[in-house]
Amino acid sequence: MVKNAINREIPDNYAAQYGAFEGAWAKQPTYKTTSRQVHAIHPGDSKLVASIHEAIEKVGLKDGMTISFHHHFREGDYIMNMVLAEISKMGFKNLSIAPSSIANVHEPLIDYIKDGMITNITSSGLRDKLGAAISDGIMENPVVIRSHGGRARAIASGDIHIDVAFLGAPSCDEYGNINGSHGKAVCGSLGYAQIDAKYADKVVAITDNLVPYPNTPISIPQTDVDYVLQVDKIGDPDGIASGATRFTKNPKELIIAEYAAKVIEASNYFKQGFSFQTGSGGASLAVTRFLKKAMIDQDIKASLAIGGITQPMVDLLEAGLVDKLLDVQDFDKASAQSLRDNENHYEMDAEMYASPFSKGAVINKLDVAILSALEVDTDFNVNVMTGSDGVIRGASGGHCDTAASCKMTMIVAPLIRGRIPTIVDQVNTVITPGESVDVVVTEYGVAINPARQDLMAMFKALDVPQFTIDELRQKAYAIVGTPDPIVYTDRVVALIEYRDGTLIDVVRKPGQQND
Amino acid sequence: MKRLRTTMMFLPGMNAAMLRDAGIYGADALMFDLEDAVSMKEKDAARFLVHEALRTIDYGQAETVVRINELDTFGRQDILAMVDAGVEVIRLPKTETAQDIIDVDQAISAAEDRLGKKQGQTHMMAAIESAEGIFNARDIAKASDRLIGIALGAEDYVTNLQTRRYPDGQELAFGRSMILHAARAAGVDAIDTVYSDIENEAGFREEVQRIKALGFNGKSVVNPRQIPIVKEIFAPTQKEIYQASRVIKGIQEAEANNSGVISVDGKMVDKPIVERAQRVMQLAEASGLIKNGGQN
Amino acid sequence: MNVELKHQAIAGTTESSDIQIMIEPNTNEGIEIQLDSSVQFQFGKQIKLVIMDTLEKLDITQAYVKATDQGALDCTVKARTLTAAFRAADIDQDYDWQVID
Repeated sequence: MVKNAINREIPDNYAAQYGAFEGAWAKQPTYKTTSRQVHAIHPGDSKLVASIHEAIEKVGLKDGMTISFHHHFREGDYIMNMVLAEISKMGFKNLSIAPSSIANVHEPLIDYIKDGMITNITSSGLRDKLGAAISDGIMENPVVIRSHGGRARAIASGDIHIDVAFLGAPSCDEYGNINGSHGKAVCGSLGYAQIDAKYADKVVAITDNLVPYPNTPISIPQTDVDYVLQVDKIGDPDGIASGATRFTKNPKELIIAEYAAKVIEASNYFKQGFSFQTGSGGASLAVTRFLKKAMIDQDIKASLAIGGITQPMVDLLEAGLVDKLLDVQDFDKASAQSLRDNENHYEMDAEMYASPFSKGAVINKLDVAILSALEVDTDFNVNVMTGSDGVIRGASGGHCDTAASCKMTMIVAPLIRGRIPTIVDQVNTVITPGESVDVVVTEYGVAINPARQDLMAMFKALDVPQFTIDELRQKAYAIVGTPDPIVYTDRVVALIEYRDGTLIDVVRKPGQQND
Repeated sequence: MKRLRTTMMFLPGMNAAMLRDAGIYGADALMFDLEDAVSMKEKDAARFLVHEALRTIDYGQAETVVRINELDTFGRQDILAMVDAGVEVIRLPKTETAQDIIDVDQAISAAEDRLGKKQGQTHMMAAIESAEGIFNARDIAKASDRLIGIALGAEDYVTNLQTRRYPDGQELAFGRSMILHAARAAGVDAIDTVYSDIENEAGFREEVQRIKALGFNGKSVVNPRQIPIVKEIFAPTQKEIYQASRVIKGIQEAEANNSGVISVDGKMVDKPIVERAQRVMQLAEASGLIKNGGQN
Repeated sequence: MNVELKHQAIAGTTESSDIQIMIEPNTNEGIEIQLDSSVQFQFGKQIKLVIMDTLEKLDITQAYVKATDQGALDCTVKARTLTAAFRAADIDQDYDWQVID
């Protein structure tokens, strides 16, 4: 067992293979990106295929290969299930899948894992039943959890080599020019898919909206696409925009948001031309609204807002309070529409967004980020992956990427959820190390990371109750009691890669609890 | 210093989640309801729940108030349980006469005795919800030393008047004025009724502005989202704070000089102005506009 | 305080942060608790302990309790247990508050 820089125990074999986490900025490599196989297309050659079956045959899928998907359709995705069902029918074994993330709707994966068709998974997240099944140990090889920036890095560096990418394409021509802005299953940005298209050996575009050549705007160009398949439906628009962003009326979230906005306003970062990122949770969306009021009152405009884009950010753009949006993913219809219609709303790929080993990611230019958490411990480590019962149910997302890179990382989370404390002695799983976290905002008040003495000084007069992180933890335990720690077995079910590829943590299978 | 009651948040006594979170919204007072918000067959359950909540949950600076049932139903048992739990204020609903208050006062005294509590530690509030009660408001407000305030309960009141609530509040004008005058004559607080349409922020603002102008100490709220609105409206302006702070400074100078005469800029200041200045500073501090009574 | 369970009784709800307690006389010795909780692993032991302590205060030594918990705090567990026990004993007034505390 190896203890990494934040004292998490990593089994020797995995530590040897991946390296143990040494610190957020321990690595700054010079390296060559990976290359891909290209099969040249001549005039007159057709990229159109008639069925998934034909596409699978033509790309030359073999046992043991790695295939990928994008998660821009979120809970509305039909592609992954559709393709895997056909692959299953054709009897392939021992495949690795490398989707950018996995949603609840992808529950059929459980069967494909059990029958040996899928033997390796890397993903940002695993939800509900699949997460529980993985935690229960249905896979021999642990799932590799990668952040969005970490996945882009792993693909570019060749740690993940994609043999075939099956990419849902809301709008596509017969030569493979793709965008997400038009069609029946509009998802807006295709930022995560762009990386797959750029580095995969074979790319199959699957569309339900085949348009005349040339299809513009071009998010994924024809030069990255081998085959084009037309099907009835690639996704359910309601599921795609399931993050439909109604403004929260939850009074607890509103208090958290108000406190968070006050923290931002009181910081030196809140000045003309600042930049920020918010998550898609209720509280962080509400921060945007409180921030909007402060920006209007004090006549301050932001130069840039980034990330998964939501309607409140679009509102800021349209109100002239933000100059530009850089968009890797859209959470609602309004954002997708804005990407299509507003020239100051610009698509970016995952590498540009967040890769730690690129020639500079956009998150490096961020002043303030507002992120969520399932758990935060007294070392400021954040868990967004496993529930308080130790079972996998979350997603790494861009959490550790953004937290590491921006100047002030704020975690917004309720102190308690039901009887579950959010601020704890030790998180079940570390996704983001405490060194990347600056301020924790709860409905009871805020805690500032003592490593940030500059922020402590900045917030001396802040009109929000301030505590140490341990005082917040004590408050939580005073209300709900001290939770019994989860008992784990030695069986490793998931590896948590830090964005640089080292292991920041592993997830073990929970054992028999003593209740 | 006198306690502020700008916001009094109503909480149904059966709702465990709301009882747990009640303290975080910054309400000056929390009113746990055992009466209208609890069905007949859950009266015992709500009583036990509020009892345990009051004993174990930290509500910080908030004043704890329990609205009990009428004495001839579950009220006596409510009083015993709540006095045991150490509630600060017992609120009697549907108060019609001074005798109603005297009866509750005696029941509280008996409970304090029996439970070995300090005699008189439990305060009282009366809610007036009928024409009869309005006409007796003055006697009600003076009926017990335990009384710290009287409140208008508008829903029952407008039913009794054979009208309903209207946006302009005209139907409540007389009742509100009576309550306010009764409260001031007795030296207790006047708390206004609830505004139930939580989605109508504009209507709520208008009503809060109206009752603030009348002189009410505060407003009953049914949702935490109403609290910042009341606070904002009751918060003094910068000009008011500035003037009040000068009066306070005058008081301090008078104290330092052992002088009974308070003056600002050489002009003598009357007692009403002093009182108003103190109230402004208290509200300003509660609204986060100043810290430490403006001493910093 | 001697509280004798006469029949089955229920208190509490299955809403978030609440606990529903069903209690009935038990022919077996002792107190038997069947707990189903959304926070079983973290707080299962504690919830059972609170139920036990509460019944002990009422001198109830034989009972079957079925508890369905949605993340109730200890104070809620205690309140619901008291309510169910008194209901099962047909006691609806003159509780001995000093014992209950």
